[in-house]
Amino acid sequence: MAAVDIPAIGGHEADAHGDGNAPYLTAKRGIMSWVYTVDHKRIGLMYLMMVSIAFLAGGTFALLVRLELFSRGKTIVDAETYNRFFTLHGAIMVFLFIIPSVPAALGNFFLPIMIGAKDVAFPRLNMLSFYLYCIGVVILLASIIGGSVDTGWTFYTPYSVQTANSVISMTFGVFVLGFSSILTGLNFLVTVHTLRAPGVSWTRLPLFVWGMYATALMQVLATPVLAITLLLLGAERFFGIGIFDPKLGGDPVLFQHFFWFYSHPAVYIMIVPGMAINSELIATFSRRSIFGYFAVAMSSIGLAILGFLVWGHHMFVAGMSEFSTMLFSALTMLVAIPSGVKMFNWTATLYKGSIVWASPMLYAMSFIFLFSIGGLTGLFLGTLSVDVHLTDTYFVVAHFHYVMMGGTVMAFLGGLLYWWPKMTGKMHDELKAKIGFVFVFIGFNLTFMSQFIMGSRGMPRRYYDYLPQFEPFHRASTIGSWILAVGLFTTGYTLLEALWKGKRAPRNPWGSAGYEWMTETPVPLANFRQTPVITRGPYDYHLATPEELATGWDEISEKPAAKKTSQATKKD
Amino acid sequence: MANVSESLPEKAGHGEHAHAHPSFLQHHFDTPAQQFNASKLGMWIFIATEILMFGGLFCAYAIWRGLEPDIFDQSHHFLNKIMGATNTVVLLFSSLTAALAVRSSQLGKRDQTSIYLVITILCAVVFLVVKYFEYAHKFHLGLLPGHCFGHPYFSAAIQNGHEVGTCLRIHSDEMPGSPLWVRAIDESGHEQLLPPRANMFFAIYFVMTGLHAVHVVIGMSILTWVLVKNTRGRFSKEYFTPVDLGALYWHLVDLVWIYLFPLLYLVGKPD
Repeated sequence: MAAVDIPAIGGHEADAHGDGNAPYLTAKRGIMSWVYTVDHKRIGLMYLMMVSIAFLAGGTFALLVRLELFSRGKTIVDAETYNRFFTLHGAIMVFLFIIPSVPAALGNFFLPIMIGAKDVAFPRLNMLSFYLYCIGVVILLASIIGGSVDTGWTFYTPYSVQTANSVISMTFGVFVLGFSSILTGLNFLVTVHTLRAPGVSWTRLPLFVWGMYATALMQVLATPVLAITLLLLGAERFFGIGIFDPKLGGDPVLFQHFFWFYSHPAVYIMIVPGMAINSELIATFSRRSIFGYFAVAMSSIGLAILGFLVWGHHMFVAGMSEFSTMLFSALTMLVAIPSGVKMFNWTATLYKGSIVWASPMLYAMSFIFLFSIGGLTGLFLGTLSVDVHLTDTYFVVAHFHYVMMGGTVMAFLGGLLYWWPKMTGKMHDELKAKIGFVFVFIGFNLTFMSQFIMGSRGMPRRYYDYLPQFEPFHRASTIGSWILAVGLFTTGYTLLEALWKGKRAPRNPWGSAGYEWMTETPVPLANFRQTPVITRGPYDYHLATPEELATGWDEISEKPAAKKTSQATKKD
Repeated sequence: MANVSESLPEKAGHGEHAHAHPSFLQHHFDTPAQQFNASKLGMWIFIATEILMFGGLFCAYAIWRGLEPDIFDQSHHFLNKIMGATNTVVLLFSSLTAALAVRSSQLGKRDQTSIYLVITILCAVVFLVVKYFEYAHKFHLGLLPGHCFGHPYFSAAIQNGHEVGTCLRIHSDEMPGSPLWVRAIDESGHEQLLPPRANMFFAIYFVMTGLHAVHVVIGMSILTWVLVKNTRGRFSKEYFTPVDLGALYWHLVDLVWIYLFPLLYLVGKPD
């Protein structure tokens, strides 16, 4: 961030917290000002850095897994190492990257700004959450030294109890990460409830905030169950307490119930923030009020509630009663309703909108396309009779990658490109971003469409070796993963290059009516010069004046004489 | 479009707010009431997470009690009802003193608050001491979860050549590695023969009461921190949030025990 050289306002110490109007990046300087920071924007940036590193690590393991599967038999590593690779890929991507990605990085940064607050409700808890995340990362990755883990990211008993590998280290890491996730969720819930600026009623809450709110609900209510599950798993390994051990009278399926009671809501913890970003992108780049605002907002809450009722669909063949499988299958179908509400409302928003094909919009459109595929294949898997055949095949792998990567990661990249100017004060190169997008889109579809075909023909997931008829598909998938990697590196380079070479970003480069664009770029320490009093919704393009879209809020109301300090930040 | 109200008083601006506000008010809150509400909501949400964490264990309890009602009936005779009831009374009383601490803090009576907090913390200590004696007795009899059920290492009775007459392990002809039968004298003086499956009762007993004990320690730490702050005069009629939240957390610790005591100690089947 050092490359962002905005002149600081010298000699203006208003109070112990520093000048609230100084840009947050330069209000305080030096490495310690980052280590001890409680500013939600800086914590968001530090989270962003950490999750990007995690994404790089998880992606590297994904490329290694794909490379191993390029040819039949041994290609680069033996079967044992292969098991560790896919476990690390899964665990890193799920717990280190995708769960904290949108809420902890972008959410931390933008949620308070979008409701006109100066910070989250508990800034120090926010800092604790970040450091717990870092500690969790270290503990989880320490398992690599202890021989790594080969159970898959689900840690199913009894294998996770019997295997000689360092399951304890990894699960304890996940336990600590869970605390970090709970604290973030708790903070967001309280922030949204208590710190909305005057005029930000619940019906004027940006849809990103609604999505974060629904996500926070799930984080707070689901993660404790994972905590107790992992504690019991640890107790099982240390003391052999037998709760999951059939030899001692326990039940290994109970572990699956506990695990999925968390991990199914966790899937929505991953996708709902993606949808939340998408609502913002679609509205901004269509220049239209979002169609069915209330329905979209409520569908996030609907997903949060339904997420707690469908965990059994991960266990159709695990030994549940026929009645429960039917019940869970029927409940799973209900998920299509809130998801469909979102999809149709986004499409309706596009209708007769003035669509701008900026790079974030490309990601938003690809989200709609890819999430349709990911969501509809979910119906195949939720259907009991079909699922029996597709369980643990590449069809499942392709399905959740279409949702998680095609959905959340696409939205995350779109959101990054969209908010990058506001976060860093620099514009990225649109052409490079679009080239990156094309590679990501083609590479992604090549990688995972081949997996749908393989899976429907019976290729089991997590296998080290395969039959000859699957080789062309595996090769296509591996080549796709390389194209995808090229695309991601291009996008990453585009974002980083903007820091050094990017032009100074204007206040509202996309012409959005969203509240976060109404403040200065880069954002002042206290987010707004004055607590804003909101008189319109975040998508009310018919109410927002052209001056407002160009110059934001404090420009309108402040008298020229009072603007001496802001001149310093404007000077380029 | 007047989106930013110019009619707001100057102190609403970010630069000047610190001078107009009381010292305990953090910079991102506008009023003490807003700060208090946020803190209280935060604590309630945290308590919800705690309940869900225990919820997993209560769920496991419900499953095994449903599967093995006889084992639960037989095993619960090994839990000392007198000690359990004592601890229940101790915790209920400590919840009362915690609530009184909040009351006196609201009235600005600092010394009284300290006294109530000290009583609450002492009650927690009494609880843990009673718990220690309960656990020690179970260890002595070898009534431990899982593989440790009837384990000779924990059973003093066996080391004394069965003379104490409290514990006798009978080798079962089940799978190797499975726990043993345990014959022991229960709390009402009857000799009982516990089958290997009884280890599940003690697994649940130790995990639930153990996790609860951890929460007692956490609650004690929080209350001690509040006590230190109180003696330093950080709280007043206007600002007593930590006392309130610490007591709220302590009520949770109490509440969990209120469920644990009957579910574990008083589960006997109707005659």
